[in-house]
Amino acid sequence: MATLSVCQPQLGGFSFENCKRNAVLEAEVTKLGCNIPSARKTGTTICGVVFKDGIVLGADTRATEGMIVADKNCSKIHYISPNIYCCGAGTAADTEMTTQIISSNLELHSLSTSRLPRVATANRMLKQMLFRYQGHIGAALVLGGVDCNGPHLYSIYPHGSTDKLPYVTMGSGSLAAMAVFEDRYKQDMEEEDAKRLVRDAIAAGIFNDLGSGSNIDLCVITKGRVDYLRPHDMANKKGVRLIRPVYAYKQGTTGVLTKSVIKLDLEVVEETVQTMDTS
Amino acid sequence: MNTRGLRSQLKDSVPVTGMGPQVGAYGVQDTLRSGFSSVKNELLPSHALELSEKNFQLNQDKINFSNLRNIQGLHAPLKLQMEYRAARQIQRLPFLQSSHLALDTLKGNDESISFEGILNDPAQSEMMGEPHVMVEYKLGMM
Repeated sequence: MATLSVCQPQLGGFSFENCKRNAVLEAEVTKLGCNIPSARKTGTTICGVVFKDGIVLGADTRATEGMIVADKNCSKIHYISPNIYCCGAGTAADTEMTTQIISSNLELHSLSTSRLPRVATANRMLKQMLFRYQGHIGAALVLGGVDCNGPHLYSIYPHGSTDKLPYVTMGSGSLAAMAVFEDRYKQDMEEEDAKRLVRDAIAAGIFNDLGSGSNIDLCVITKGRVDYLRPHDMANKKGVRLIRPVYAYKQGTTGVLTKSVIKLDLEVVEETVQTMDTS
Repeated sequence: MNTRGLRSQLKDSVPVTGMGPQVGAYGVQDTLRSGFSSVKNELLPSHALELSEKNFQLNQDKINFSNLRNIQGLHAPLKLQMEYRAARQIQRLPFLQSSHLALDTLKGNDESISFEGILNDPAQSEMMGEPHVMVEYKLGMM
């Protein structure tokens, strides 16, 4: 700050003081050939589907940082309220902070109205916040829940547009997952069918997209019940290393042809006792 | 959508003045208080969101008041703004932390949380406001 004294009290919120300095630094560093550190993305497959009694949300569990896997088992299904959960793709920090802020706001709102919060309320809060920041907050979300009007599923894009659909996918593996949905989605499925469909969609994303991997998490929301299945399916298990390598062969591997026992006769020649000085 | 109504709201919004030189007394750059000036710093904002975030609360208030005026008549925003003005005066001296509880309750900020309450907490700020300067600025003597 170039000012010698501060005339007005500081406000909270985003501060753009260092933006120019960062731009200059970035230019210098690229000239030297290095890279500035990149934000951790979730490079993900997330999806959701509406079935007869509620919603099934699914997500993979890999977080990437450029070309490296930063977290092999991160949790992408975030809690918003007891009846509403949200999967997040994009920049990991953005999705976490956004969902936490909206969760707090919904809690305050539901305390003030003394009613269970609605999914449409969460949707509107999220889209207004994301639009305010014009897409600079990289959070692509799949929001699903069951409220007094039934099950609802929304997809929310980083710039603030939303869609209300019976099945949605987001993230880098969204095309693979959407292919599975488009093939096998039916209206009013049973819970087991819906879980199997979501599991297959996320598995398609995991096996066909580099940005998704590890396990599959599911979250089944129905009226009055939430099943958070983490992990639902360990599609990529790391191999188990043997603690003690077994090189010994089993008894009977080599066949025995003949056996002869020779007894050795030993006779006692001399017996002496030596006392030990143990002081 | 009523485009006529939208246009009437647009003309009420806070004009984008850009960064602009900090003019002190006599209409010249006030180097002692705002540092050296540079054309590059003042022409463009350093981030696309900087201007919109600076004026966000003002713009929201303008939108809400003009909506209120269209729905309920001129008396509604007038009475509300009078209450805001009264509540804004309930605070400590400018260099001390005041809670703005009455103003927050009127605006409805006591029931919501946003990045303003989480990031860049003024209680943790590294710069201390000089008391004399801040009081003079508030009273308009600077």
